[in-house]
Amino acid sequence: MYQFSGRLKTFSKALIFIGLIGIAFSFYNGSKKTLEDANHIIEAVHNDGHENGHAQVKDSHVEEMKHDDHASQDDDHVSKEIKAEPHNDDHAEHVLHQLQNRPWSAFYVALFFSLGLSLLVLTFYAIQRVALVGWSVVILRVMEAITANLLPTSIIMVVLLVASVMHLNHLFPWMAEGIFDPESDKYDAIIDGKSWWMNSTGFIVRSIAYLLIWNAYRFFIRKGSIKEDTANDSNKTYKNNYNMSVVFLFLFMITESMMSWDWIMGLDPHWFSTLFGWYVLATLLVSAITVIAFVTIYLRSKGAIPGVNDSHIHDLAKFMFGFSVFWTYLWFAQFMLIWYADIPEETTYFVARFTEYKLPFIGMVFMNFVFPILLLLNSDFKSKPWFVFIGGTVILIGHYIDIFVMIMPSTVGAQWSFGIPEISAIFFFVGLFIYTTFSAFARANPIAKGNPFLQESEHYHYYNIEHTGEGSGDHH
Amino acid sequence: MDSSKVIHAFYTDEEVLLDAVKAVKSEHHHIEEVFCPFPVHGLDKAMGLAPTKLAITAFMYGLIGLGFSIWMTNYMMIVDWPQDIGGKPSFSWIENMPAFVPIMFELTVFFAAHLMVITFYMRSRIWPFKDAENPDPRTTDDHFLMEIPVQNNEEELTSLLCKTGAVEINVVDKH
Repeated sequence: MYQFSGRLKTFSKALIFIGLIGIAFSFYNGSKKTLEDANHIIEAVHNDGHENGHAQVKDSHVEEMKHDDHASQDDDHVSKEIKAEPHNDDHAEHVLHQLQNRPWSAFYVALFFSLGLSLLVLTFYAIQRVALVGWSVVILRVMEAITANLLPTSIIMVVLLVASVMHLNHLFPWMAEGIFDPESDKYDAIIDGKSWWMNSTGFIVRSIAYLLIWNAYRFFIRKGSIKEDTANDSNKTYKNNYNMSVVFLFLFMITESMMSWDWIMGLDPHWFSTLFGWYVLATLLVSAITVIAFVTIYLRSKGAIPGVNDSHIHDLAKFMFGFSVFWTYLWFAQFMLIWYADIPEETTYFVARFTEYKLPFIGMVFMNFVFPILLLLNSDFKSKPWFVFIGGTVILIGHYIDIFVMIMPSTVGAQWSFGIPEISAIFFFVGLFIYTTFSAFARANPIAKGNPFLQESEHYHYYNIEHTGEGSGDHH
Repeated sequence: MDSSKVIHAFYTDEEVLLDAVKAVKSEHHHIEEVFCPFPVHGLDKAMGLAPTKLAITAFMYGLIGLGFSIWMTNYMMIVDWPQDIGGKPSFSWIENMPAFVPIMFELTVFFAAHLMVITFYMRSRIWPFKDAENPDPRTTDDHFLMEIPVQNNEEELTSLLCKTGAVEINVVDKH
C-alpha cells in the first residue's frame, strides 16, 4: 500500500490555502471596481492610441449585425439591433463587467481545466476497459486515483454555474437581462432564436445531468474495480465493469460535446463551430494523458508501482505525442475553414484572438504542436522520464493557455492579464488535485491485481527500447 | 579454402532462433546473416547489428518534402499564375499560408514515405527482377536459417548449433 507522505500532504494543503487567499483577495478586488475605473481604462486606451485593435473588433461586430439583419427576414428586429449598438455609457458598463468578470474567469479557466482533465482521465480509463487493453493494467489504479479529483471540481462547477445563472457574474452574455425580451434595448434576435437551448433552466438541468452521469460512473467503476481485486468469480466483476464502461463511453461522447457548447461556446453566444466539441476533447485528452504520465513517473520514482517499466512511460509519451498532433489537426481544421470562408459571424472569434490575444494565441500553437513534435519525435526520448517531464510541462502550460484563450476573450476581452487571480486559481486547483489524487491512491491496492491482463502488462516490453536497470537479454 | 564454407542451421521457431543467436554470439562467432519468413523483433539487437538510420533519413526526406511544397505552392499560386485565394487577393505566400498547409502536410508525408521505401530497397539491395538471395526456399515458408562462416571450426560449430535446437545443419560451399 502507498502512503500519502506528510510532506506532500502539507504541500498540497499549503497550495490550497494560498490559492484560497489569493482567490478571496481577487474577488474582493473585483467587487470594488466601479464605472470610474472602467472610464479610466477607456480613456487610457484612447490616449495610448491603442484603439486600433478595439476598433477592429467593434467593426466586425457591426458587420456581423448587418449581416444577420440581411439573413433574418424579420424587419421588426432591424431597428432594435441597431439600437443595441453600444454607445458610450454602455461601453463603460461593458468594460466594468469585464473588470468584474476577471476573478470569475480566472477561477473558471483553472476549474474547467482541472475538471476537464480529470474527466478525460476517466474516459481514457474507460477506453482501457472497453478495449480490454493489456499494457496499461499496472497504471489503471493511477488513473482511478486521478479521477478522484472529479467530484470536488464538479461540486465547485455547480456552484459557479448557479452563481452565473443568479447574475452574480457576467460570464455568459446570454444570461443578461432583456436579451430575450423584444421590448428591451438589449434584445438580441440571434440569441432569442437559440432560446430553446440557451435558457437558464435548461442550462442548469443539463449541466447537473452531465456531472451526475460522470460522477456516477466514477463512483461505481471505482467500487467495481476494487471488488475485482478479491472477487475471484471467474471475471464476472470484470465483465460487469466492462459493460459499465461501454455505457459510460456512449454517454460521455454525447455529454462532452454538449458540455463544450454550454460551458465554453455559450460564452460567445453568436458564434458557432461544429467541431468545437472535438477540439475541446482533444485539448483535455492530451492534458489528461500528460497528467497520467506525470503521476505515474512520480509514483514510480517513489517505488509505489513496481510493475511499471520504461515501456509504459514510452506508451504514455506516444499518446502525448499523438494527441498533440490530433489537437493541432482540430485546431487548424477549425481555423482554416473559418479563415477561408471569411464569413463575418464566424471570424469574430478569431478576430478577437488575433488582436487582443495574439501572443498567447500564437504562442500556444508552438507550445502544443512544434515543441512536442520536436522533443517527442525520437523514440528513445519517449522512454526517458526527464524528457517526458519537460515535454509534458510545456504541453500542460500550453493547454492551460489554450483554455485561457477559449474563455478570456469572451468574458474579460481586452482587460485580461496574468496575475494574482489566475495564479491563485491555479494554485488552488493544483493543490486540490494533489490532495485528492494521492489520498485516493493510498486508499486502494496500487496494482489492480484481479485484472486478467495483469501478467501481460507486467511483461510489457516495446521491442525497440532498452529498459533501464535490466539487461537487454531479459525480454524480447 | 575453408573461408568460403558456411554452415546453414535451420530453426522452426523464432524464440528458439533468438536464443540460438544469443548462444552463438556469446561464443564469439560471427553470424553472417539470418533469413526469416517474417520480421523477428529483437533479432537485430541479438545479432549485434547497428541500429537503423532509416528514421533519420525519413525525417530529412520529410523536411525536403516540406521545402518542396513551399516552393511549389509559391511558384504555382503566387508567382506563375497569381490566384485569388478565398476572396483574399493579397498575392502573398505567407498571408495565404493556411490554404497551403494541407499541401505542405501531404507532400511532407509523400516525400518521407516514398523516399524512405526507396532508400530501404537500395540499402537492402532489392530491385525489380533481382534473383532471390536466400539460400533455401524454406525460409520463405516456415523455417529460419542462420548462416555462419566456417574458419577451421566446423566440428565445434556443429556441436554448438546442435545444442541450440537446430532442426537441420548443412555445411555448404559458398561461391
